[in-house]
Amino acid sequence: MESSIFRFILRHSVRQQIVLTLMTLASFPFLYASLDLPKRIVNEAIAGKKLPESFLGFHLDQVTYLFVLCGLFLTLVLVNGAFKYVINTYKGRLGERMLRRLRYELYVRVLRFPLPRFRKMSSGEIIPMITAEVEPLGGFIGDAIAIPVFQGGTLLVYIAFIFVQDPVLGAAAVSLYPFQGWLIPRLQRKVNQLGKQRVRAMRQIADRIGETVSGIQEVHTHNTASWHLADLSHRLGDVYRIRFEIYQRKFFVKFLNNFINQLTPFFFYAIGGYLVIHGQLSFGALVAVLAAYKDLAAPWKELLDWYQQKEDNRIKYEQVVEQFHVPDLLAERLLREEEDVPFTGALSFRNVGFGEDGGSPILEGVTCDIPLDGHTALIGVGSGRDELAQLAARVLLPSSGQIRLGERDYAELPESVTGRRAAYVGASPYLFSASLYENLVYGLRHRPLRENGESEEAEQHRKSRMTESVLSGNATDDVHADWIDYAAAGCDGPEDLKARILRVVTMVSLQDDVYGMGLNRTVDPERRPDVAARVMEARDAMRAMMLNNPELGRLVERFDPDRYTVNATLAENLLFGTPVGPIFQTDALASNPYMLHVLDKVGLSDTLLETGHKVAETMVELFAGLPPGHEFFERFSFIGFAELPEYQAILARTAKEGLGALRPEERTRLMTLPFKLIGARHRLGLMTPDLEKKLLEARHVFARDLPADLKHAVAFFDPEAYNAAASIQDNILFGRMVYGQAQVQSKVGRIVADLVDQLHLRDTIVEVGLDHPVGVAGSRLSAAQRQKAALARALLKRPDLLVLSEATSGLDTSSQSKVHSAILGERKGCGLVWVLQRAGLARAFERVIVMKDGRIAEHGRFDELNRPGTLLHELIAAE
Amino acid sequence: MSIAEEVNCLRRIPLFANIDTSKLKLLAFTSERLSFRSGDVLFEQDEMGTCAYILLRGEAEVIIAGPGGPLAVATLGSNEIVGEIAILCDVPRTATVRASTDLEALCVPKDHFLQMIADFPQMGLEIMRSLAHRLEQTTVRLREVLAAQAT
Repeated sequence: MESSIFRFILRHSVRQQIVLTLMTLASFPFLYASLDLPKRIVNEAIAGKKLPESFLGFHLDQVTYLFVLCGLFLTLVLVNGAFKYVINTYKGRLGERMLRRLRYELYVRVLRFPLPRFRKMSSGEIIPMITAEVEPLGGFIGDAIAIPVFQGGTLLVYIAFIFVQDPVLGAAAVSLYPFQGWLIPRLQRKVNQLGKQRVRAMRQIADRIGETVSGIQEVHTHNTASWHLADLSHRLGDVYRIRFEIYQRKFFVKFLNNFINQLTPFFFYAIGGYLVIHGQLSFGALVAVLAAYKDLAAPWKELLDWYQQKEDNRIKYEQVVEQFHVPDLLAERLLREEEDVPFTGALSFRNVGFGEDGGSPILEGVTCDIPLDGHTALIGVGSGRDELAQLAARVLLPSSGQIRLGERDYAELPESVTGRRAAYVGASPYLFSASLYENLVYGLRHRPLRENGESEEAEQHRKSRMTESVLSGNATDDVHADWIDYAAAGCDGPEDLKARILRVVTMVSLQDDVYGMGLNRTVDPERRPDVAARVMEARDAMRAMMLNNPELGRLVERFDPDRYTVNATLAENLLFGTPVGPIFQTDALASNPYMLHVLDKVGLSDTLLETGHKVAETMVELFAGLPPGHEFFERFSFIGFAELPEYQAILARTAKEGLGALRPEERTRLMTLPFKLIGARHRLGLMTPDLEKKLLEARHVFARDLPADLKHAVAFFDPEAYNAAASIQDNILFGRMVYGQAQVQSKVGRIVADLVDQLHLRDTIVEVGLDHPVGVAGSRLSAAQRQKAALARALLKRPDLLVLSEATSGLDTSSQSKVHSAILGERKGCGLVWVLQRAGLARAFERVIVMKDGRIAEHGRFDELNRPGTLLHELIAAE
Repeated sequence: MSIAEEVNCLRRIPLFANIDTSKLKLLAFTSERLSFRSGDVLFEQDEMGTCAYILLRGEAEVIIAGPGGPLAVATLGSNEIVGEIAILCDVPRTATVRASTDLEALCVPKDHFLQMIADFPQMGLEIMRSLAHRLEQTTVRLREVLAAQAT
C-alpha cells in the first residue's frame, strides 16, 4: 500500500487528475470574462462612453448593445455554473471512488493480518480508522492537484503581469513570498505533530469505549463506573488540550499570513507613493500594480489554505496507513488463489515452534505426523495444545520449523485449500449476527457459484454496480449470487442440503434446541403455505385429541369464539386475536378510539373504569411498600414504581370526588390496567360472569364493526385459519396453557412433541427454527448452543481434517458423550484432531499426542502409551 | 379461589400468624397457585428446589428412598408448609412429596420466601420453631428405629 497520500492519488487517479486540471483551466477564460463583463456593461453600455460602431458586423444602438451584453452575461453565468457543476460532480465522484478504494484496501489488510496481531489491536481502533478517520480524504483528493495547478497558475500570471508593468515593484510584490514559504511550513510542522497526537488520543478513546462496552458487566460488578468516567474525562481533557493548541497555532499562522500579506501593500503605498510624488513612477503604473497585487492575494490565500489542508490530510492518511503496515502480513495470494490439493497421507510437523515476539515460546520443537485418515487425541499439561491444534488447521502459522503436507509446505497453501479441506472449532467459537441457518452454511460460502436468476432490470443494475466496483478497485463478486457450495456438503441442491443440515444438527444434539426455537417462531403462511397447512393439521389433531381426552382440558384452554378464555388476558379476549403492529397492543387499547367506541356501544366503559380503579387500589396496596427497582414491579405489578405516585394521586382524588371527576388522561390511565388481567392467574376476584358476558359481546362487536383500514392491525383467532402473527406452538394449541396446573409447560410440551412426531412435522419445525436469529456474536444462544452450532458448521462442510479444541466444553456430560460418539462415528476413516479436556477420553482414538509445557512428551497408540510410568497413565489416574 | 380466600388460608398457618394482611396478599399474589391430582408429585427427592409449597387444600405424603424401597414418613394436610428446607439451605430435596388426594398449593418462589423472612423476623422465628419440632420428631423416630434394630 502506498505510504504517502500523493503516491496513492497519482497511482490510482492520474488520468482523472489531469482531466480535472484541464477542465479547471478551461473554465478560467469564462470566469475571467464573467468578471470583466459587468465593467463593460456599466462603462460602455449604460454610461455610453465607448459605444462600438458595430458588434460582430451588426450595427447596434445603445439599448440593443445593453441587451446583447446582458444576454452575454446571462450566458456566461450559465456556462460558469455548468463548469462548476461538472467539475464538482467529477471531483466528488473521484473522491468517493478513491475513498471506497482506500477503505476496501484497508479492509483487505485486516483480513490479511496475522492472527496474533489482533491481540494487540482492538476493533475499537480499527473500525474508526476505516470509517471515520479516512472520511475527510475523499473531499481532499479531488482538490489535490487541480487547486495548486489552477491557483498557482493564476498567481504566476498575475506575477508576470506585475513584472511586465514594473520589474522593481514586481520584485517588491513577491519579495515576502519566499519568507512566507519558509516560515509557514515551520509553523505548520508543530500543528502537524499535534494533529498526530490528536488522532492517537482519539483512537485510544475509541478503544476505551469499546472496552467499556465489552466489559460492561465487570464495570457494574466492581463498581468501577467512576474510575472509567475519570479515565475518559482525563483522555477527553487531553484531546481538548491538543485541539485548543491546534486552534491557537492555526489561527496564529493565519494571523501572521494576513499581516505579511498586508505588509506588501504598505510598502507599495509608502515606497511607490514616494516614487510617484518624486516623479520617478507614473501614477497609472502604481494603480495598475496595486490592482494586480489585490488580485494576487486571492490565489495566494487559496494556495496557503490548500497547503494546510494538504498537510492535515497527509497526516491523516499516514497515521491510518502506518497502522496497516504489518510486517508479516499474509501473502495476498493465500486469500485469492484457487487451488485444490487433496489431504492425503499425513501432516508432518518438523521441529515446529510457535511463540509471539518477545514472549516465551508456547510450542517448541514439535516433530510428529498427524495422519489424515485417522483420529488423533491431543492431551497434556501446560501450554501449547490449542496452538498445536490451530497450527494443524492452519489457523496459525508456525514461527519456526515447517509443516508439510506431502510435498507441499503447509504454510504456503492458499486458503482455498486449507479453508475448505480443514476445519477448526475452538472452545468459544464466533457466530455471526444472522439466522442459525446462515451461520451453519457459512462454511460453504467460498465463492459465488451460481448467479441468481434475476430479472433483466436487476441484471442491468448488477452490471452497473460491478462496473463501479472495478473503477474503485473493489471486489466484483456478487454478494447476492448463490455462494453455497452444495457439493462441498455432499449435496446436490438446496433441498438435499436441508436434509443434511437436519442430520448434522441431530449429530451435535442441537435438534431439540432448534425445535424449541421453531415452535416459538411465526411463519408467513403466504411464503410457506406448506408449513401453515401442516400446522393446521396439527391443530386439528390437537382438537380431536382434546375431544377424546377431557383430561387435556385441564392443561390447555382452547380459544372458543363463544366463550371467555380465562387463561388469556382481557385484551386478548376482547380482540380475540393477536395484535399486528402497535395499534392494538395491550398498552394502547385504553386510548384507541375504535376500542373505546366498541366499549361504549356495549356499555362496558364504566365497568372497565371501575375494574381499573379496583386493580389500581390493589396494586397500590400490594406494591407501595416495596423499595424502588424491586423485581416484583417488573414481574408482577401492573404499575411500575415510577407511576405509583400518579396512581396514588388518582386514587386520592376519586376517594373524594368519585370516578366522574377524573380528567380524560386519568381515565385512560385507569382503563389501561384491566386489559392486562388474566382471570385464572391474577385471582383478584374481578372477573365476574356478568363482566365476561359483556366482554364476549364486545368481542363480537369489535370484529363485526372493525373498519377496513384497521383490519391489518389484528390477526383474529379463527379455528379454521392459520394465525400469521402467532407462533407455531400457539397455532397448534389454539388456546392458552392453564394456569395453576403443576408442570403444565412440560406436560403440554410433551403432548405437542408427540403430536408433531405423529404427523412427521418435526423436521418442518426444526427447519423453521433454523431461521432463528442468533443475535450479535450469537448472544441469543447459550454457550452450549453456540458450541453445538459451530460443530455443526464445521461438520457440514465435510473437511478432510477436522480439528476440535475443547469444542464441547460447554455441554453437559450426557450430551457431551452423545456428541463425542456421533462425531467419532461420522469421522470414521477421516482426519480428526481433538484436544480433549479429559485424558481418559483418548481411549477412543487411534493415536495420542501427550503434550507437556509446549513440547511433545509422548506420542503413539493409546494401548502402547497407557502403561505405568507414562504421563498419559499419570493423567488418567489423576482423573 | 380468589386471593382473599388464599389470604384467609395463609392466616391460619402459624408461620404467618403475625404478618400484615397486605403482605400476605402480596405473597399470595406473587405466588403461583398449583393444583395437583391425587398421585401427582410435587417434587422429587434429590432435585434442586426453587420453591416452597403451602398446602391450601388436600393432603400429601412425604416419602424417602430407603434401602428397602420408598418409605412414607409423614402425611401433610392443609395449612402446612413443605419444601422449605431445600430453599433455605440450597440442598437437594430431602424427600419426595406426593399428593395423596387432589391438592391445591401455593408455590412460593425461593427469593420471595427468603425476602419475607428477612423482612419479618417473626416469620424466621416461626420457621425455627417448626424445624425444631420436626427435628425432635425425627430424633424420636430414630430412637424408635434404633431400639427396634437392637432387639
